[in-house]
Amino acid sequence: MKLCITAQGDNLDAKVDPRFGRSEYFIFVDTETLEFEAIKNPNSDAMGGAGIQSGQLVVEKDPDVLITGNNIGPNAFQILKTTDIVIITGVSGSVKEAIEKYKKGELKPGDYQS
Amino acid sequence: MIISIASGKGGTGKTTIAVNLVLSISNDNSYDCQFLDCDVEEPNAAIFLKPNISQARPVSILEPRINFTKCTFCGKCAKACAFNAIAVLKNDIKIFMELCHGCGGCSIACPENAISEVSRDVGVIESGNVGKIEFIQGKLNIGEAITPPIIIREMKKRIKKSGTEESKIKHITIIDAPPGTSCPVVESVKNSDFTILVTEPTPFGLNDLILAVEVLKKLNIPMGVVINRGGKNDNIISDYCQNEKIPILMRIPMDKDIAVAYSKGIPMIQINPKYSDKFKELYYKIENQLQISGEI
Repeated sequence: MKLCITAQGDNLDAKVDPRFGRSEYFIFVDTETLEFEAIKNPNSDAMGGAGIQSGQLVVEKDPDVLITGNNIGPNAFQILKTTDIVIITGVSGSVKEAIEKYKKGELKPGDYQS
Repeated sequence: MIISIASGKGGTGKTTIAVNLVLSISNDNSYDCQFLDCDVEEPNAAIFLKPNISQARPVSILEPRINFTKCTFCGKCAKACAFNAIAVLKNDIKIFMELCHGCGGCSIACPENAISEVSRDVGVIESGNVGKIEFIQGKLNIGEAITPPIIIREMKKRIKKSGTEESKIKHITIIDAPPGTSCPVVESVKNSDFTILVTEPTPFGLNDLILAVEVLKKLNIPMGVVINRGGKNDNIISDYCQNEKIPILMRIPMDKDIAVAYSKGIPMIQINPKYSDKFKELYYKIENQLQISGEI
């Protein structure tokens, strides 16, 4: 299972970034091997359209699940809903904790999928 | 000559100053006056000037349409878009029109010639006259967010150039700018010979005046300040202006009669003719300022 987690830093000890479009990093992690790739978000300081471009970036990486803090903005959601990425919001703490919680089945997707 | 009226803070009296200034100086037959209400999100000068509107022309921008039979989803259009309005997905393209500035960059960048441009109305420019003053106002369509500068740019194309040396008649264009310090304000005041900054003697007035002064300095436009609804706290503004060497051109006191007239859409010069002289004086001060500094 490939997760994408919005993060404030480039490693698994970083905190989950509550923002999606302007998240500092996107961490793509394999839940089995815990191998991960941290991508610095080039859109975090964008004048506008950050959600759109971040949405495109995440969709290109094709994760199964997206984990973030706050709700996803409407523009980013337009992009993400073109795929079957499961969106989980309202997550805080470290990236590592988020992965563990996800593996234990403690994180549930929001109403986005309906 | 182009004189724009701006302020950092909203509600300080830009329109009041602009309207009374144009009415006062247009009495003089040696001036040919134009009035542009560039606050296209909320144009209100017409309430006071009561113009005869004789013409309305739509303003449009070009926005992209994708020909999906030609598109290869290469993503070059999204990369070219400076406003992040395009997302290219595996087999779909999403264009967020509310972010599109109509620059046409995407269609130039497309190697497959798969992007055509279609026009979309974003507002209207209405024009007419107030006596012998030419009146022009822009109105943004409801729901538009980023297109005010496009309408303002179109409006400013109608500014009359100053008369030739021999001609006795002088063109004066008064621009009523929107509040704030963002793109529509910059577009409105750009290329002015002089900008009047209207402020009120409150901490909010001062804070936003400082922001507006910074913008005008960057644009290299000569400026002066009008203190509106003044009184015992005027020194909040005058101390700052003294330090910055910005002239205070006029002070309008807090006056119930002016406020009552305003609430009925009546310019102050029509309830108290002595204000007409004050506004003419304001104009002469600006002309003098510019002559001293050799701007005109």
